[in-house]
Amino acid sequence: MSDISTDSRPVPLPTPDTQEWFDRIDAGELTVPRCRACAEFFLYPRSCCPRCGAREVDLVPAAGTGTVASFVVNQRAPAGFAPPYVLALVELAEGPLLMGHVVTDAPDALEVDAAVRVAFEQRGERRVVRFEPTGSVA
Amino acid sequence: MSRDRALRGAIAVVGAAESTELGKIPGKSALELHVDAALNALADAGLRPSDVDGVACAGELPVDVADYLGIVPEYLDGTNVGGSSYMLHVRHAMAAITAGLCETVLVTHGESGRSRVGMTPWAPAPQSFMAQLELPHGPVGAPSLFPIGVRRYMAEYGMTREQLATVPVVQRQWAALNPRARLRDPITVEDVLASPVIADPIHLMHCCLVTDGGGALVLTSAERAAQLDLPAPPVYVLGAGESSESTVVSGLESLTSSRAIRIGGERAFAQAGLTPAEVDHLMIYDAFAHVPLYGLEDLGFVGRGEAPAFVADGHTAPGGRLPLNTNGGGLAYTHTGMYGMFAIQESVRQVRGTAPAQVEGVDVSVCTGVGGMFMSSGTLVLGSAATL
Repeated sequence: MSDISTDSRPVPLPTPDTQEWFDRIDAGELTVPRCRACAEFFLYPRSCCPRCGAREVDLVPAAGTGTVASFVVNQRAPAGFAPPYVLALVELAEGPLLMGHVVTDAPDALEVDAAVRVAFEQRGERRVVRFEPTGSVA
Repeated sequence: MSRDRALRGAIAVVGAAESTELGKIPGKSALELHVDAALNALADAGLRPSDVDGVACAGELPVDVADYLGIVPEYLDGTNVGGSSYMLHVRHAMAAITAGLCETVLVTHGESGRSRVGMTPWAPAPQSFMAQLELPHGPVGAPSLFPIGVRRYMAEYGMTREQLATVPVVQRQWAALNPRARLRDPITVEDVLASPVIADPIHLMHCCLVTDGGGALVLTSAERAAQLDLPAPPVYVLGAGESSESTVVSGLESLTSSRAIRIGGERAFAQAGLTPAEVDHLMIYDAFAHVPLYGLEDLGFVGRGEAPAFVADGHTAPGGRLPLNTNGGGLAYTHTGMYGMFAIQESVRQVRGTAPAQVEGVDVSVCTGVGGMFMSSGTLVLGSAATL
């Protein structure tokens, strides 16, 4: 666990429409917003459905699995991050994309469409989503 | 036929110029670069600030550009959607001028991207979706985020690292013909792949320059253009289109294609009544090497997955059938931050026949801008008098 006093890595500063989604991540649960009217899953979290405009949105617990849609291997990094690391967009089982690290000792061996599962990293008082390879290719 | 077809060729670029210097200009603030380019563009049109009644810009406030130059505006456009903003300014000016809201619009760009003189430090606002959903994961800025879809593109279409590296190689060939280009020495595919890795598969030579500079356009109706005593022939706006998508890359519909480029391009070509096959010269915003590849496909110049081989086979190089980014582009000419203005400048020069690396017989030039990491796009179809 990182020391809160020296960790210079940013943490999300939620707005009212993203607060509950981030709070539930802090509690160790990833959810995916879903429209109550048309059942569309979407991200980022927002207070209306980007498909039909309905205002009723539920945060549905995510299956916790997905596949790597694409990624870069950062060899340069902002303050507080230690390269190399895999910065990925993961296609969640529910459909939407979510950014996070794929934690691996062999970033050069990672491939597009690799299967991953959701994990969390403690950062100060918050948690940040990351992903771990499950060893199979979707 | 859409109603905007009636506006085809209704306005023209009557003045176009860049800042007196490009590159490293520590003696000028960002606002001064707007003003320097504006005065150059007005001189190019044989006009004075008092002839202008509309001002559009991004980065600075149009209020400041107008006031600095002593312009009393009756039309202001502060649209800022990143590097494609200037394409949108031209499209909005087309609507405003033809609707009679104003007569002569000055569009300005100026950015002290390298020296950072008179610039607000760049930082995403804490409440932005980028700050909430991306920055906690440590992207090294645009070089991580903009090309994040490239691996998916490689997996789906079989693009090789060598093919991606040919984009900066070819643009350096154009830059070698342009005395104002910052990087003019020839490079090879091996040089690109030997340059430092920033965010694999992106190497340093896949990334744009960071420079100071400015550019400006003077726009008026085709009718008024015909009455002015212009030093250079008018360049007509035959078509224009714009669109936007998401400020976060996780919000994009596809990682191998840009919806904003597709929609902006479709609208521009439809208004112009032209197809890609009728285009003589092309500019596609190149903040990173993959962007022109996406653009070639999304604008319809080649089919899906065909752009890497098209560039690697030399079709966009000097002597090729589709000259692309002939000033050297953001990769080799200049890139202040919001590069779109420089793409328009080169299109105007090519249609006028005054570009340093002039392509023979350019009557139709297309320029496409992109903002953010594919968050926005604007496309202009520009033409000579022969295309009216």
